Formats: sequence, C-alpha cells, structure tokens
Amino acid sequence: MRNGDPLTAREVLLCGAAEGDLLRLERPLSFWGGVDPTNGDITDPRHPQFGENMSGRIVAMERGIGSSSGSSILLELLANGHGPAGLLLIEPDAILTLGAVVAREMGYATLPIFLISEADFLCLPSRLRMHPTGVLEAL
Amino acid sequence: MQLTEDEAAWARGESGPAMAMATRILAEMGRILGADRLIPVASAHIDGCLYHGDSGVHFAERLATGGGQVRVPTTLNVGALNLLKPEAGLLPPHQRAMAHRLMRAYVVLGCRQTWTCAPYQVGHRPAQGEDIAWAESNAVVFANSVLGARTNRYGDFLDICAALTGRAPRYGLHLPENRRATIVVRTASLSDALKRSSVFFPVLGAWLGRAVGSEIAAIEGLPADTSEDALKALGAAAASTGAVALFHAIGVTPEAPTLAAICHPEGPRQILDLTPEMVRQALDSLSTTTRGERLDVVALGSPHYSLPEVIRFEAARKGRRFTLPVTICTNRFVLDILERQGKIPAMTAAGVEFITDTCVVVTPILPPTGGILMTDSGKFAHYTPPNTGYAVAYGSVSECVESAVAGRIVRDEEIWR
Repeated sequence: MRNGDPLTAREVLLCGAAEGDLLRLERPLSFWGGVDPTNGDITDPRHPQFGENMSGRIVAMERGIGSSSGSSILLELLANGHGPAGLLLIEPDAILTLGAVVAREMGYATLPIFLISEADFLCLPSRLRMHPTGVLEAL
Repeated sequence: MQLTEDEAAWARGESGPAMAMATRILAEMGRILGADRLIPVASAHIDGCLYHGDSGVHFAERLATGGGQVRVPTTLNVGALNLLKPEAGLLPPHQRAMAHRLMRAYVVLGCRQTWTCAPYQVGHRPAQGEDIAWAESNAVVFANSVLGARTNRYGDFLDICAALTGRAPRYGLHLPENRRATIVVRTASLSDALKRSSVFFPVLGAWLGRAVGSEIAAIEGLPADTSEDALKALGAAAASTGAVALFHAIGVTPEAPTLAAICHPEGPRQILDLTPEMVRQALDSLSTTTRGERLDVVALGSPHYSLPEVIRFEAARKGRRFTLPVTICTNRFVLDILERQGKIPAMTAAGVEFITDTCVVVTPILPPTGGILMTDSGKFAHYTPPNTGYAVAYGSVSECVESAVAGRIVRDEEIWR
C-alpha cells in the first residue's frame, strides 16, 4: 500500500465485511463454464489461473464477462459455503452482484462487493480486510 | 431509486412473500445498475428454469410456495430435461430429480410450458417499442434487433422477479437513446451470393460478437429480404462470442430504415469494413477440427429449429438415410406440426432423433465417449467443445446432411471462394 495508507473503495455496491487472502484474476472470468459450483475451483482451461480455488478468498477481477448464468453459479457457491469471501471489481457487474443479492434474500452467507480504481487493483495487499465503510486494510 | 406506492407495498410484503422478495431484488439491482425507477414490462422470458445447482431450485420453490404468480405473459426457456422423454438424457439421479423440480416450480409460478430458446417462433412476439424482460442471450438479441422490443440482457433470477411484478429497472436498452449504433459494419466487398446463403449468418455473427463485444453495430448491405431465421442465426452467434444484445441491419430490421435513422448523433465511433479474409477467419474459428473426415454425430437446432428450417433440412436430405446419428433440437410446436403432417416416421427411420424442451449443449445427452460433432449452428459451434468435450466442425445444412449420409465430413467450399 502507498505510504501505509489504507485503500478505499470507489463505491460500496454491496455492504459487508470480509477478510482473506487475495486472489487477483489476471483476466476476467465467466463464472458459468469457468468455476466449479461445488468447490470454487477455476475450471476454464483457457484462463491463466486454471486450477486455482476461490473459496474463502477475496477475489479481485477487472470486470465480469460471459453468461448471465454466472448469477446461479455464485448463488450455488454461497449456498454451499464455497463462495469467495469478498469481491473487488473495477467495473460494476450486474450478473455476480445479482447472485449475491439473491443469496442475501435466501438467507445464505453473502459477500461484500466493492468497486475500486484501476490503480488500486494493481497494488492490493496479498491478505486484506474489507470494512463495511469501503476501507481495505492490509493484514 | 424511487418505488411507486404499489411497489413499496409489494416490497413490504402486502401482496405476499414472493412479491416482496421479487420487488426487493429488483429494487436493489435497480439501485446498483443506476436506474431511477422501475418500469412496467409487457412480457417475460425465463432462463432460470435450467438447472445449475440446488440453490436455484430452492429459490424458485420459495417463490412458488410464497404465492408467486406471473403478472405478464411469460414463456420458459429450455430446461435440463426433455419432459416428453423424461427417461432420456444422462443426468445423474439427484440432478435429474432437482432439474425436474425446478421446471415444475416455474410451471407452478404460471409460466407457459414453451421450453424453447426461440420463444419468438412459438407465438411470443412483443411489439416494436414494447418494454419486456427477457433472458437467454439469443432471445434477447432477437427481441431487440428483429422485433424492436426493448430488453436488457436479463438472466437467472431477475427474469422471474420481473415476471412476478411486471416490472424491470429503467436502464440500458429500455432507453431509446441507448439503442443507437456506435459501430458501422460495411459488407460491400462480400458477394451477394454469400450474403444470400444461410451458412453465412452464423459466421457473420461469430465475427460480430468478437469485433464489437457489447456495443451496438449497424450492418450495411444485407439483402432487404434476409430471412428471420438468418437474423436469428446471426444474433445467436453474436451473443455467444460476444455480449451483443442488439444489432441493426440497415433496411432490414425495424429500427434501422436508414443508417442516419439509427446511428449515434455524434456519428459512429468506428467503421469496420468486413473483408472476405475476415469472413474466412471467422468461418475457421467456428470449427475446432479442420483436418480429416472423421465424424460421430450431427446436431442441428440452436436456437431451436423452426418449421422452415426443418423443411430446408428435408429438402437437403432428399429422402436418404443417414449412416450417423442426426439430432434435431426443436420445440414442441414444430414437433406437433410435423406429427400432424405425418413426417416423423420417415425422418426417424432415416436416422433423425428429435429433442424438445432442452438441447445437447446444456445437459448431458451425447454419449460421453467424446468425438466430433458437426453442426450448422454458430451457437452449437461455440459451446460444444467446452460443454460436451466434443470437437466441432461447422458447415451448412447441406454439408451436414451430405456428411451424415456419407458417414464422414463432406465439404462444399464453393460459396466461400
């Protein structure tokens, strides 16, 4: 982090708190066809982080891509406890956000979603805490 | 994000728990998407009836037990089972039972049992300028582009929330100023013969999706009598390789009588000249196997085959029998017409299997051995390798038929020269 100051989200899309190791996706990922809904493994063989697991981690992704069934995959991950701990995006993504909104309605543990700047995306700490206020604290 | 008094009352639960949940989800998504309010929608098309996991079943059943009933005409996309042959398909028992429960829940919610990705060909035809809430990428692009109705790319969950409330967030393609073309595509260097052949349109769509992503293109130079099935194939491929929700074909689609009528007031951001070389590249991108003649199965009908497409297939078959399995994915309405016309026995005897209610890339139907699949669909060409493990060869319907008769891949390259 620059000068030890904590980063702050540009916008809190979905409020909440989370902490975990960072998984910064080198390229956007379609959750449908890209993530195993039973365990959080990245299953798209064309993705550079193929084989990594996102359960319990704070996933940073530039933007969402692909099928609108990504909402279903995130809901399923949250329902079975294999979801990411939090989500950091540069551009808002309606598909993943919808999965989290529906999870909250269903009473599943859901996750905070913050928008961050492109510059901050590149200097996220390897382990961090997302505060409901939008502050990102290095751990 | 401002709710009307009625909507606020729904959200508080005054019209039951299902309406409350649906309204809250719409309001929350409206806030996140930057909408100022919800608007009435005239119809909905639901993609959430395809099984992806048990949580989606619990969601639909929560709406059904909460008294949910759709308030606008609502059609259903494909599910994971062919309900006319529920014993068919290769889903394991738990998933099969849950997929069935999911489909039943959407019927209980009052949706029509259309089970098709081409609802616009089974009588669900929104009017030009009408706001609707449709899911399924090819149905979205068809409704926007070919019918001139107005929908965003809605998907699982939001689709049924819109159907239950008759509302959608006011943003994106509901607003006329967001429907103008930012990219112009010129096709003057392509031959008229190519632009009149059905095999061209999935290729054009595959190129378009990659070239424009989610932007809106105005395509010049397509024949004024370009068929609905050709536009359907174009849109389905473009929505597979890209996030295309709307395209305009000048002089063909309803919002684009002229380029000036639909181009962004500040002029296009980009003008793309489509060359024969670019078309060739897009054609090649639709096949993952180019060498050799081995072939295991032919699958047609994504989006679901229409009656004219079945008739075209039969004209190419010329009464011959196939030496390989040929699967035609279509809807119950087409199957019913074919049955009444007495056409099914001869087609079945020739080696055609009809699949309704679902299709070969959304649920395990093909033998798990893998192999090579040939198709005339750009959408099947895109999704077959990741979803089924089969390699894919793209070709015209007549190439598919000749190949299925011969038992090996047969090519006719004339149109591409």
